Amino acid sequence: MTIDRNARLREIHNWDDYFQLAIDAPEIGREARPGQFVMVKVADGTFPLLRRPLSIHDAGAGGIELFFKVAGQGTEILSSKKPGDPLDLIGPLGKGFTISEKMTGKRAFCVGGGRGIAPIYFLVRELAAVGAQPTVFYGGRRLVDIPLRDKFEKAGIEIHCSTDDGSHGFAGLVTELVGRERERAKPDIIYACGPDAMMKALASMAAKHRVPAEFSLESLMGCGIGACWGCVHRIKNESGDGWTKICEEGPVFPGERILWP
Amino acid sequence: MAMTKKNVDLTADLGFLKLRNPILAASGTFGYGLEFEPYLDLEKLGGFVVKGLYYKPREGNPPPRLVETASGLINAIGLPGIGVEAFSEKVLPKLRRLKTAVIVNVCGADDDEYAAVVEYLDKQDGIAAYELNISCPNVKTEGLCPALSPRTTFDLVKRIKAASRRPLITKLSPNVTSIVEIAKAAEEAGTDAIALVNTFLAMALDLETRRPKLANIYGGLSGPAIKPIALRMVYQVASRVRVPVIGMGGIMTGTDALEFLVAGAAAVEVGTANFVDPDAALRIVAEIESWCEAHGVAAVRELVGTIKAN
Repeated sequence: MTIDRNARLREIHNWDDYFQLAIDAPEIGREARPGQFVMVKVADGTFPLLRRPLSIHDAGAGGIELFFKVAGQGTEILSSKKPGDPLDLIGPLGKGFTISEKMTGKRAFCVGGGRGIAPIYFLVRELAAVGAQPTVFYGGRRLVDIPLRDKFEKAGIEIHCSTDDGSHGFAGLVTELVGRERERAKPDIIYACGPDAMMKALASMAAKHRVPAEFSLESLMGCGIGACWGCVHRIKNESGDGWTKICEEGPVFPGERILWP
Repeated sequence: MAMTKKNVDLTADLGFLKLRNPILAASGTFGYGLEFEPYLDLEKLGGFVVKGLYYKPREGNPPPRLVETASGLINAIGLPGIGVEAFSEKVLPKLRRLKTAVIVNVCGADDDEYAAVVEYLDKQDGIAAYELNISCPNVKTEGLCPALSPRTTFDLVKRIKAASRRPLITKLSPNVTSIVEIAKAAEEAGTDAIALVNTFLAMALDLETRRPKLANIYGGLSGPAIKPIALRMVYQVASRVRVPVIGMGGIMTGTDALEFLVAGAAAVEVGTANFVDPDAALRIVAEIESWCEAHGVAAVRELVGTIKAN
């Protein structure tokens, strides 16, 4: 992990409140693994004071991509940046999804809910690279909440979409869609990032059918590097069911270790 | 960039402890120090104060534990930690190798626990001093802590000073009517130095849900928002006690740190800034050095307490 104060915004693209940033940050790009995150400084002054934790949406030798939804003052400021603007990033941080050579030929269900789709793109690219067979499930409230569907399709990735209001794809929750598809094509592993309720439902589905699962948890973070103890979640550890730092031991955890509220 | 030879003497003097420079990383914002090794050279700091230690491991408060406010941060972490045993066995051996002042922040649910912590740590090498945390607002109801009264401050400081073989820094709470009265109580009880301020008892609420934003309801406000109040308190205390004062509260830059020194602090602690920039403490050291060079100050400790009358 490094502090890259010479990162630079290369491209910014948006669909309503959803933004995709391509950032020149070679060192972070080379090191990054799917499921890891960066801490982004959004302003030079003291307001907003804290960096924002954002999932790495894609990474390569030249840098990284971020994908987020404007949710407050920090992301609002970030969304107003222009190509060429300098950026200050710390990363890559945290422990990402487990991907191994042993997964060649394995069927992986990769589920993203709303802005939780962010790490799924990088994940499926890396899964494909080891010869696994990723299928993406992408859910949102309305059509506007699943803006990345074309990006996955163009990359030749099998994708199933759902919207709560039925404006695109399956009408209903993405978890129902995953449930139906699971009966047809049994997955060897499930990966997910999205709202807690979505991940909780997938965790119980995975446990019931004995499918390994990994979930990327979200939290406001003070530092992102394990120093403030602000971003905790109940996780089963050797020492008990303790409050565990998402930034340091996560943000990705195996489903069976997460205790949902 | 041309290399310039820097000739500023940055050392700080707490009497019982000489520091490489006046910048310490503050407890609760710097983990156990090792978390920051990827980002800065710990041996270039004046020192650091490790996260508050109770005798036994502690879980801390339920989340949400943090809320960001205007130029500030309210935390209700609740002092989770690994306890003295794990600290001594797993962390201290690594810290001991560092050529920097390692200060341990000492906590207790009651006076006996504070005493047990220092008695245990007294048997371990590699600790420069204890910082007695009598001021965390997040572990009891409504911010209650020993630092809220001169009597409880005096009693606890006296007992821990007697129980310990190491220098004692007492860290005060700003949530009091008269900070000077509390500081004097700590001095009379024999503290070797006074550190101030801990965080300001605060809260934030969500208008839409009408609920407090922190699970603990209350938390401690830190960051640049509190700097002017902290500076006032450091000035008040430093001009009224003889023991050295370590100032803190919202220090983000070298200028901030220098202001605390001029107000009377012999050294300062950098806290919330470590969250924003893990290398903030060393940037602040460099900024102090540059300022001294530009202003012809040969030794930074000459600045301590040089505030002028209006």
